Amino acid sequence: MRLAALLMTVLLPSAAAGDFVRLPGQAAFTSILKYTDSDGKVPIAPFELMTTPVTNAQFLAFVVTHPEWRRGTAPSVFAEARYLSHWGGPLSLGAAAEAAQPVTHVSWFAARAYCEANNARLPTWSEWEYAAAADATRADARKDPAWRDRILGWYAKPANVPLARVGQGSPDLHGVHDLHGLVWEWVDDYAAMLVSADNRNQADPDVLTFCGAGALATDDRENYAVLMRIAMLSALEAHNTTGSLGFRCARGASGDVQ
Amino acid sequence: MKRRTLFLIFVALACACTGTLTAADLRAIPGDSVYRFDATLSDQSGTEFHLGERRGRPLLVAMFYTSCRYVCPLIIDSVKGVEHALNETEPAHLRFLLISLDPARDDTAALKSVFDKRKLDAAHWTLARTSESNVRTLAALLGVRYRALADGEFNHTSALVLLDREGRRIASSEALGATPDPKFMAAVRNALEISTK
Repeated sequence: MRLAALLMTVLLPSAAAGDFVRLPGQAAFTSILKYTDSDGKVPIAPFELMTTPVTNAQFLAFVVTHPEWRRGTAPSVFAEARYLSHWGGPLSLGAAAEAAQPVTHVSWFAARAYCEANNARLPTWSEWEYAAAADATRADARKDPAWRDRILGWYAKPANVPLARVGQGSPDLHGVHDLHGLVWEWVDDYAAMLVSADNRNQADPDVLTFCGAGALATDDRENYAVLMRIAMLSALEAHNTTGSLGFRCARGASGDVQ
Repeated sequence: MKRRTLFLIFVALACACTGTLTAADLRAIPGDSVYRFDATLSDQSGTEFHLGERRGRPLLVAMFYTSCRYVCPLIIDSVKGVEHALNETEPAHLRFLLISLDPARDDTAALKSVFDKRKLDAAHWTLARTSESNVRTLAALLGVRYRALADGEFNHTSALVLLDREGRRIASSEALGATPDPKFMAAVRNALEISTK
């Protein structure tokens, strides 16, 4: 298994890093997050996004070449004890983790390190939200009840069924797979969503807990699918891992990290 | 000759970047320590240091930025509150590190200006800056959440985080103001006792 992983990194560098596709971006994307400072309009510069979430095989290739990120070696401050706990061993997937399944049980630190090692970065929340707004024919299908129902159908599925392989089914307009319906995904600025800050002990929560304005609200309460992502991401700490949380990488439109 | 000079400059630069921490040094630090993150910061005098060099004594850490109008002056007040609440002998063992969330604007001069204006004691206090990427990682390690606002301000939680001498997070406080949270002070005193043994 170790040899196979090594061969894979040598012979298939592009497959190990994942395939990227270019997304055109949008000058004023309407985010579901209505911060008072920006009125919910976010500029999205053109960028590239991995067409599928990072797989077990891809992440295995990464830990083969980056021993500091192996299970049992990665410090607990960067990855809690459940890190890659579904794998057979530090350098083998085992029976419970299939090569083409999305990798899960990865911390934000580990996801970030993977992307960095592949000359990429994690997408921002805005980039992820913008990408996830698309369906097969439209860049922004969010107002369509059919788009919402399809995604909510996934949430209704039991979580104890094994994860599907990445890239099944048809891609969206941009050529991207699995933004909904497979796993939750880390974003670089997941900690910027200040919805869970507990400020009950402060006399004036708006001023004292946060520096300046910028409180979070949403005027799209019907969009449960995206709101659930936000609720989940804002409840996590960067060393946490879960069995349904993976990631994919992004990079600049010309293939550079930014 | 020229080539040799260039080589020496290269060696000097390489030494400046890698500092004193080796991979083995890092591995000797406990896995649950914030000091496992090998970040280079620079202080209010522009002197570079490794985060891990703070190992050995308890450390009170917070994140702030100098142009902040609301909470950040209060953050310094809060840390000073902890300093004052300690008796004469204890502060020698506790150090204070405030890291800027805004490295783009908080250059050494901006840090120095706040340092002088607030009459901070260089023996115990450090105001520091580091790269934007390091800021995000440090915030994640410290449990500080923040977001850059459209007008250049930052929205952020304002925790004071107490690290033990190995760099492990042992207490934090969101309470702001000159009078520290008694529970947090108890944790500070506890950490200092451990370190003076």
